[in-house]
Amino acid sequence: MRIADLFRRRSTPSGQDIAEQRLRLVLAHDRANISPGMLQILKDEIIAVISKHLDVDADKVEVNFAEDQHETRLMADIPLQSTRNRSKN
Amino acid sequence: MAGKIITITSGKGGVGKTTTTANLSMGLAILGARVICIDADIGLRNLDMMLGLENRIVYDLVNLIEGRCRFRQALIRDKRFPELHLMPAAQTRDKKDIREEDMERIARQAAEMADYVLIDSPAGIEHGFRYSTVAADQVLIVTNPEVTAVRDADRVIGLLEAEGHKNSKLIINRVKPELVRRNEMMDTSAIVDILAIDLIGIIPEDSDILFASNRGSPVVLDKNSAAGQAFREVTYRLQGQDVPFTPLKEPSLLKKLFGLR
Ligand SMILES: Nc1ncnc2c1ncn2[C@@H]1O[C@H](COP(=O)(O)OP(=O)(O)OP(=O)(O)O)[C@@H](O)[C@H]1O
Ligand SMILES: [Mg+2]
Repeated sequence: MRIADLFRRRSTPSGQDIAEQRLRLVLAHDRANISPGMLQILKDEIIAVISKHLDVDADKVEVNFAEDQHETRLMADIPLQSTRNRSKN
Repeated sequence: MAGKIITITSGKGGVGKTTTTANLSMGLAILGARVICIDADIGLRNLDMMLGLENRIVYDLVNLIEGRCRFRQALIRDKRFPELHLMPAAQTRDKKDIREEDMERIARQAAEMADYVLIDSPAGIEHGFRYSTVAADQVLIVTNPEVTAVRDADRVIGLLEAEGHKNSKLIINRVKPELVRRNEMMDTSAIVDILAIDLIGIIPEDSDILFASNRGSPVVLDKNSAAGQAFREVTYRLQGQDVPFTPLKEPSLLKKLFGLR
């Protein structure tokens, strides 16, 4: 831990952290050549397609990029409505 | 054997390409190398002033391309280091006056006469960037520790990889160690990690750079300058030496306030 950290409330990220996070995110979009808005549209379309066959919990769906040094991948986490909930309907 | 052609580029403007080209050119000349630096920023000639050679220009790169002068006539010899030559940009012309094949031919011709040919690229990723990098054996990408400059550097790195350039290296310029310590500026290691490219130089913010450009005498000539020392280390690395990256010292209060040492 750095001295400066002692004087900062833990909840506020440093300018350094914010810069790094924003940069990583924007570069993921740049490198994949898809804008954040397009990714949202893609996400909606994925939900629509999967929903034809499965009962998707749309609010909890996450579609994001994962990066390492060699490749960028698109990660989709698509939770389903639990069957127990559904049987109550 | 032909010399090595090294292009200095950045994507974003104003991050220190010309400063870097001037210092590495002179730094390599200090080490005894034969150096030709080419100002490829047609229309915005700067390298001549940074090197203090602006009063001696007769012909320029575009004159040479148009066949108005011979190769040697377009070179200005430095008086401090006779093995250092500048090929100036044309000031009142346009970048579209240069074709990629012209630049390639001239860079290769220069490489026959020198150990190093350094090309100062214009900002951007368009035509000027393309003709500046076409002949490069190695590309140095200059960035600053700011999100916008790093983003643009990433774009350049992608374009260079697509063109088949290998072995490109990163220079992070204008690092302020006191801001990094206070977690207000991105750490150089984070930038290197994000860009996934080898680092060849970390240059501190240094008011000596301003004084040096005022005088046309690059900081690499100044033994006491922190940026000068950092540029000297880059020249050793270019020559194949494995020089460790020493942590940057924070400037003294006097230096911060008044630029004094
Ligand atoms: N390490 C540094 N410390 C302080 N000032 C610097 C440093 N590096 C560059 N500068 C200043 O930043 C300004 C821009 O530098 P320079 O002209 O080298 O950038 P450039 O990338 O060539 O710009 P352009 O894209 O317009 O060609 C200059 O005024 C220079 O003095
Ligand atoms: Mg410049």
